[in-house]
Amino acid sequence: MKKKVLTVDDSRTIRNMLLVTLNNAGFDTIQAEDGVEGLEVLEECNPDVIVTDINMPRLDGFGFIEGVRQNERYRAIPILVLTTESDAEKKNRAREAGATGWIVKPFDPSKLIAAIERVTA
Amino acid sequence: MDMNEIKEIFFQECEEQLAELESGLLRLNDGDTDPETVNAVFRAVHSIKGGAGAFGLDDLVSFAHVFETTLDCVRSNKLEASPDLLKVMLRSADVLADLTAASRDGGKVETSRTSGLVAELEAYAKGQPRPAAGAPVAANPDPAASTPAPADDNGFEPVPFSFDGFDDDEAVGEGRSVFTVRFKPRSDLYAKGNEAVLLIRDLAKIGELQVHCQVDQLPSIDLLDPEGAYFSWLIRVETDKDEEAIRQAFEFAEWDAEIEITAGADDEAFADPDASAADQPMAPVPFDLNLLDDLPVVSDEAAASEPAMAEAALAPANLPLAAKAIAAEVEKKEATVAAVSAAPQTIRVDLDRVDRLINLVGELVINQAMLAQSVVENESGSSSAINLGLEELQQLTREIQDSVMAIRAQPVKPVFQRMGRIVREIADMTNKQVRLVTEGENTEVDKTVIDKIAEPLTHMIRNAVDHGLETPEKRTAAGKNAEGVLRLSAKHRSGRIVIEIADDGAGIDRDRVRFKAIENGLITPDSNLSDEEIDNLIFHPGFSTADKISDISGRGVGMDVVKRSIQALGGRISITSRPGKGSVFTMSLPLTLAVLDGMVVTVANQTLVVPLTAIVETLQPEKKDIHSFGPSQRLIAIRETFCPLVDVGNILNFRSDLADPVAGVALLVESEGGGQRALMVDAIQGQRQVVIKSLEANYTNVPGIAAATILGDGRVALILDVDAVVIASRGQPLSSEMALAATG
Repeated sequence: MKKKVLTVDDSRTIRNMLLVTLNNAGFDTIQAEDGVEGLEVLEECNPDVIVTDINMPRLDGFGFIEGVRQNERYRAIPILVLTTESDAEKKNRAREAGATGWIVKPFDPSKLIAAIERVTA
Repeated sequence: MDMNEIKEIFFQECEEQLAELESGLLRLNDGDTDPETVNAVFRAVHSIKGGAGAFGLDDLVSFAHVFETTLDCVRSNKLEASPDLLKVMLRSADVLADLTAASRDGGKVETSRTSGLVAELEAYAKGQPRPAAGAPVAANPDPAASTPAPADDNGFEPVPFSFDGFDDDEAVGEGRSVFTVRFKPRSDLYAKGNEAVLLIRDLAKIGELQVHCQVDQLPSIDLLDPEGAYFSWLIRVETDKDEEAIRQAFEFAEWDAEIEITAGADDEAFADPDASAADQPMAPVPFDLNLLDDLPVVSDEAAASEPAMAEAALAPANLPLAAKAIAAEVEKKEATVAAVSAAPQTIRVDLDRVDRLINLVGELVINQAMLAQSVVENESGSSSAINLGLEELQQLTREIQDSVMAIRAQPVKPVFQRMGRIVREIADMTNKQVRLVTEGENTEVDKTVIDKIAEPLTHMIRNAVDHGLETPEKRTAAGKNAEGVLRLSAKHRSGRIVIEIADDGAGIDRDRVRFKAIENGLITPDSNLSDEEIDNLIFHPGFSTADKISDISGRGVGMDVVKRSIQALGGRISITSRPGKGSVFTMSLPLTLAVLDGMVVTVANQTLVVPLTAIVETLQPEKKDIHSFGPSQRLIAIRETFCPLVDVGNILNFRSDLADPVAGVALLVESEGGGQRALMVDAIQGQRQVVIKSLEANYTNVPGIAAATILGDGRVALILDVDAVVIASRGQPLSSEMALAATG
């Protein structure tokens, strides 16, 4: 069975890149545009792994991760943070919020797939 | 979808982000202190940087990075968004737009422009005072070098993995070393969705492993915390990589586990990893990696987390509460967002599709008109049912037409926003202080019109700053605020869009204009002109009051060209000016270029359409008003002035002889340069709205003809290019350069 990935990113460019990369790698991809939509979509799609951006309108990545981790059904899902944030402080905040791992942009398909493989069975 | 298409999307998105960036900065400049505005501005730059990085657009990335860093300081309240800083940021936004354009179109942005701003932005970010204006720019002219690429300072690199290391040799191969890893996760590791066995599987990518699981910490079932972490692993790694590579494999776990990496094999530990372990039923056994790859996760930890889920489902009452809390927070944030901007729901549609629809609706309108006409001709119109049906059809078609046109309607905002930048640039070049105030930027107009007003508008704005506004010194001396105000506004007025550019400068220097006009031979020294007539002289071809051609206005484009291009759109432009108070340029344009109100006329048995906007009045010439002038020129006397008579049929080569003016109708039109001409046509058929069909798709540009249309009776009628015909009437041949096609 195909693994299902939920991506949460407000940039159309990055969403398209994620879609192409993940589909090419044989993943089933569901996309949301911000944290609020991500939490909504989560309930319906039951993903195997989540890839999320940090800087987003409405609900940012930190809030989204906290939301997932407090959801009884989905709290054990691996969450990868996809962001250009380079300073340690933000990385730490993402970890505190409950991120499983992270991928640093610039977007590199092989990095993304390697990170997903590292956290999914 | 391939990378090129995504790149296309990226540049589209950049446009939006740049607009967002600029409007956000301008709001901040106007004293907006909403943190969401700063956030939006930050996100715009951040998003551009992210996409640019993916496409390897290094110049863009490094500049965006510096910009972003400074914005981040503002976002986190470490730096105040002072007017000076906002000025730097607005200029940075302009440079960012240029860098984006350069990346898209393959140009290059002068390093001198970026390096100066990079230095200023960095100075702000470091909390240092900005280098004084004119101070030498930071020693390093290359922004890329002075800015660490974002990937460099993040501290984590992609995990290098290589399959070279996979070797069946039992002995340690050449260039390979052995490490011993003790890995003891804490429960947090599992809570964050990590899985020990997956991390170990990942480690296997860099070398060959022997894995021992130590289970001696596992309590009896009644003491077991289902979410606890009780196992640890002892791993022998044989790899050609270094210790750092191993550490990176555990990168996601380093916070939530004890990880100890030692060089060399700890054979003793493997032989007897734990004194008590020997007694354990689950004594360390070599772990077959192939099993790890094939089997689903069956680690003891996974087994342990199963009950964890069950328990979670049963017990913790605080979880739903926490979920509620976060939901409330989300709602709060949503509410804030709603207050900031109730973003309308939109979809993106390819412009071609809309154009196709508009074309089809155009056909529908024509078809409906033809149907109505044939019903009338067959006199079956006596049936009230048919009449009623026809009437309804007509109403529906008109509504459909209006709705379809509304799809293509766009606010003028993007064009207005671009003007902000033009103003800043020219204010810098001329050392003037200018504040641009825009009004009615949400006024909508057809996309085809928007595309075409940017250029004339740009020129008028340049002109207003360069010629209209005075220098700060002069303004102060005249008792005005040193900062000039340029007001750009748009509004709908009787089916047209009216755009005004008002400055509070010195107004038109009528003595100087008059002097120049006399010097250029446009008027004679004894001409008696009203103030308005003098003001309008600036639209005369070749007129320029600038004593020396400046960098800004002297680009070979005068106000006459502006006027011509606006007229080509079916628009008009006028100026009013008050000495010492300023000038107002007003241009009015049709809301669309897809339909046009025209007068249908007959010329030499041909049906032509003359754009209604060009016609000042129509009149029936009388013999006593016609005067010959030279061999082939004729003039018509209209209220004590003489106006050249233009025989349209002759100009268009419909006939070789000149028509008898008395038998026809004269259309008084205003043409380029403000002069009036009387166009002779044979008869007027009526007025109607026509759908413009471009000729250029099928023919080349036809001189004297702007476009074509199909009338209600199915006949094709040509739409007259009034300006081109007038120019041709001066004895210049009709050439395609002269013909200003009204459609594009």
